[in-house]
Amino acid sequence: MQAEAFTGGFADTPVDAARAFRAVMSAIARPGRIETVAGAVPPAPLSVAAGTLILTVCDAGTPVYLAGDHDTPGVRDWITFHTGAPLVGPGQAMFAVGTWDAVAPLSAYATGTPEYPDRSATLIVEMDTLAPSGAGLSGPGIEARAALSLPETATFQANARLFPLGLDFFLTCGDRVAGLPRTTRVEDA
Amino acid sequence: MSQIDEYQTNARKDWMGLLARAPAPEVARLWADLGLQPQYDMLRAPEAGGVMVRGRAGATGAPFNLGEMTVTRCSLRLMSGEVGHAYVQGRDKSHATTAALIDALMQTQAAGSLRAAILDPLRARLTQDRTARRAKAAATKVDFFTMARGED
Repeated sequence: MQAEAFTGGFADTPVDAARAFRAVMSAIARPGRIETVAGAVPPAPLSVAAGTLILTVCDAGTPVYLAGDHDTPGVRDWITFHTGAPLVGPGQAMFAVGTWDAVAPLSAYATGTPEYPDRSATLIVEMDTLAPSGAGLSGPGIEARAALSLPETATFQANARLFPLGLDFFLTCGDRVAGLPRTTRVEDA
Repeated sequence: MSQIDEYQTNARKDWMGLLARAPAPEVARLWADLGLQPQYDMLRAPEAGGVMVRGRAGATGAPFNLGEMTVTRCSLRLMSGEVGHAYVQGRDKSHATTAALIDALMQTQAAGSLRAAILDPLRARLTQDRTARRAKAAATKVDFFTMARGED
């Protein structure tokens, strides 16, 4: 195991994790709002926001799928040491991490069942840019209308039509994170 | 895994297990007697939690949950780069830190003196405790036998 796998966790776990959880909860409760998180220093190519998100929400009970370039020995060891989460394929994953191109196709992930819609995957999508402009968002948690720079709109519209099934998304860029739950209606800019 | 790796892994398992089972005051006393104060970075501060202990009937049956126990874990790195891990029973954080330090130092040149000053006395103490407990239990052993009841 490489030395960097052991570093970069929360310095003060209870406080850092509570702050990050609050930010993550706000992000998913208010789609389109961009929150700043801090605490984790994960190995490349994992961003600070994605690493903090993983430390906050993943444990031994949440299988994680590393898509594309994110599937490196360094990232695997880091997640294993700090969270104990098992690393699996897209079909069994509760969380998936990767760039938008790498996590596709979305049909590979669990969208839940009518009895248990919560048994679905949450995708952590690493973005080059993240800005409150672009595709229009409306729905629960949004007072009038919000905007977010999404990589595309058709996939998110199709995902919203699956409700109450479907996938939830976190978009991360550097130390910033935005949430996009399945309840949000996405319109072209 | 090569034979040397396997040997080292088993040796490390052995001393980590010994430190996990050893009574915390005993570890603290032996460690203090040694007077080592190595510099280290904390990788995972000591934290207490519960683990489910699982067993197999006859060591071969299907696994079942035996019960939960409290453990404290800790990981740290010496200035020279060796990483030490510890999972110890109970919620004594200094026990976990000392055990992790010993695990790290066992990978350095200090291994021989640590083995003599801490691990061997601990092992002797644990063996002695176990023998004493067994002797105490053995003293209460009752041999049942049936006398002729003269029914015929």
